[in-house]
Amino acid sequence: MLEIRNLQVKVEGKLILKGIDLKVNAGEVHAIMGPNGSGKSTLAHVLAGRESYEVTEGKVTYLSHNLLELPPEERAREGVFLAFQYPVEIPGVNNVYLLKAALNAMRKHGGLEELDAMDFLKLVKDKMKLVEIGEEFLYRAVNEGFSGGEKKRNEILQMAVLEPKLAILDETDSGLDIDALKIVAHGVNSLRSPERAMILVTHYQRLLNYIVPDHVHVLSGGRIVKSGGRELALELEARGYGWIEQEAAGAARAEAK
Amino acid sequence: MTAVPMDRLARERYLAEFSELEARLPGTRLPWLAKARRDALERFAETGFPTTRNEDWKYTNVAAIEKRPFPAARVAAADDAVARRAGELALDGAYLMVFVDGHLSLPLSRVTGLPTGVAVQGLAETLEARSDLVEALLAGESCSNGFEALNLALMADGAVIYLPRGVALERPVHVLYLATRDGTASHIRNLILAEDGSEATVIEHYAALNGTASFTNAVTRIRQGNNARVEHIKLQQESPKAYHVAAIQSLAGRDSRFTSHSIALGAALSRNDISTRLDDENAECHLNGLYMAGGRQHVDHHTRIDHAKPRGVSREYYRGVLDGAARAVFNGKVVVHADAQHTDAHQSNNNLLLSREAEVDTKPQLEIFADDVKCTHGATVGQLDPDMLFYLRSRGMEEAQARSLLTYAFAEDVITRIKVAPLRARIEEFLIHRLPEGGSIKELL
Ligand SMILES: Nc1ncnc2c1ncn2[C@@H]1O[C@H](COP(=O)(O)OP(=O)(O)OP(=O)(O)O)[C@@H](O)[C@H]1O
Ligand SMILES: [Mg+2]
Repeated sequence: MLEIRNLQVKVEGKLILKGIDLKVNAGEVHAIMGPNGSGKSTLAHVLAGRESYEVTEGKVTYLSHNLLELPPEERAREGVFLAFQYPVEIPGVNNVYLLKAALNAMRKHGGLEELDAMDFLKLVKDKMKLVEIGEEFLYRAVNEGFSGGEKKRNEILQMAVLEPKLAILDETDSGLDIDALKIVAHGVNSLRSPERAMILVTHYQRLLNYIVPDHVHVLSGGRIVKSGGRELALELEARGYGWIEQEAAGAARAEAK
Repeated sequence: MTAVPMDRLARERYLAEFSELEARLPGTRLPWLAKARRDALERFAETGFPTTRNEDWKYTNVAAIEKRPFPAARVAAADDAVARRAGELALDGAYLMVFVDGHLSLPLSRVTGLPTGVAVQGLAETLEARSDLVEALLAGESCSNGFEALNLALMADGAVIYLPRGVALERPVHVLYLATRDGTASHIRNLILAEDGSEATVIEHYAALNGTASFTNAVTRIRQGNNARVEHIKLQQESPKAYHVAAIQSLAGRDSRFTSHSIALGAALSRNDISTRLDDENAECHLNGLYMAGGRQHVDHHTRIDHAKPRGVSREYYRGVLDGAARAVFNGKVVVHADAQHTDAHQSNNNLLLSREAEVDTKPQLEIFADDVKCTHGATVGQLDPDMLFYLRSRGMEEAQARSLLTYAFAEDVITRIKVAPLRARIEEFLIHRLPEGGSIKELL
């Protein structure tokens, strides 16, 4: 579904991603872990189409598209969804209307009929039960004044309504209490299907108890320095990142020789 | 041969006009008024129109107004096109006064059913029947620049609103000024007297027939007694070829509240001087404003708040949206006089630049002579927030639509403060249609 090859990205003139290779098949869940500042969010944003990030090398194929050529809105309509690490507050723009516009933009793009207000509201209310978010959030401005946890739940609500093909969740678990974490995990798990793929960026093994990944990758210094199964996450939790960074540095030295 | 300087030509033109019109101006038989007019004319003859050498007019060049003759528009019967336009613009549920090229049109106005003692009438008619009211309101009139002086000399009509003690006017007064004739000037003078404990909402609405290149020179004086509340809304939607200069001044009594909204959307060049003096204890004022300009439009707001007595509160909230090669000026002066302890003043001015060529000069000006006060201010000039844009686009929204939506939301923050619902809806509709892809954002709001 998604194939990233030698992706290199500069932010404000500084090389942040230094050659990422990653293949994600339909039906898979990939977890990406790694120290602060290693480039996880940069990768997530580049996949969603952030234009201020400059791709200097590499190629990203999504379904049959050259993903990097599509503007963000087209990626969204093609089924790419990014749950933001820091969801943006947008005063004056109504949460539920935005969601309706988003869903209808996707449906229209896919040749489906747009939903009218009634059908849409019915759908949203169904999904709201899934993420246990109160109706009052619908009619507030997008994320404005939401608590950290409420913002994350709102992202999951959007995901649940939009039913993306490729969902990228950037630290959706950070800052959540244990109940909220379970709710988010439930929301994600209910979307798992053989046609969908997910990339979970997380710092905590805890989330992976609820959403069991097929693959775990460690991103460090702008590269994926180690990949493995779910046991890698447990090992990271026990030992931290130091040993991997050393291992990676050793490998790089060996290669240089 | 030496050329006669433009400013001298302009002065001579207006002096000649005055001598021609003097005998026909309203209230001409009132000696105090004749004197006031002459003094004002003399003042104008001395100063002429302000120039950019004057600090208050540094960024606003009025040479275009000075250059061409704008003889005062004469009274004329409103034709069908004018009547139709007035009908379209009239607000539901409001008392309506319609001025055509600066003159009250009784057939187009409807001010029936006023509470006893309330007056809502034209200045010209007031000078015939109740000149004492006008005299009281013009007493001590000082013209702070050439425009105001010219206005006093040539003022022909305007709205006079009198609210007796304790009377609250439930319906707003919609004063509609229609400019219909090219190359003419309207010297409009509005006077509002709100006695103790009275309350009213007044809408000054400046509009035009399509493309009228006119010159509006309006002055509004408001006097509020103790505990009086005046909500003043100025909506300026003149034609893109028009010139518009307006001064609004309120004098607020004890425990009173003055609220002003200035929504400036039209005209090639517009200038608003809005000032209020919190003249007694515990008075409050709110100055809100939105200016939206594109093309080569120029829009200037100069506001001034004088905190003269203790425990005054002022809140000022202005926003601007500038596109094309538009230019905006905002100057917010707040003076806290030595007597005005426990003043609480806050001012903000935020500007959104949608193009590279758009420009804004924003300047807060705080002068504080009391020591126990709370005064804050902030000004920003910026573009649309890239994080917000990206967020909307990442949810499938077209870029142009996302831009319009964010621009609208930015402006709307001022509009929501207007409490007259049909007027608010009217302005919102106008904004939506002015934005690219405007129609498509409607269902998102
Ligand atoms: N706009 C920017 N200007 C300059 N540097 C930036 C910018 N955005 C990101 N960076 C830098 O890029 C690097 C990677 O940031 P990124 O947000 O991708 O890290 P992360 O792995 O998501 O970290 P965290 O775990 O803390 O969320 C950091 O060093 C960050 O400071
Ligand atoms: Mg991050």
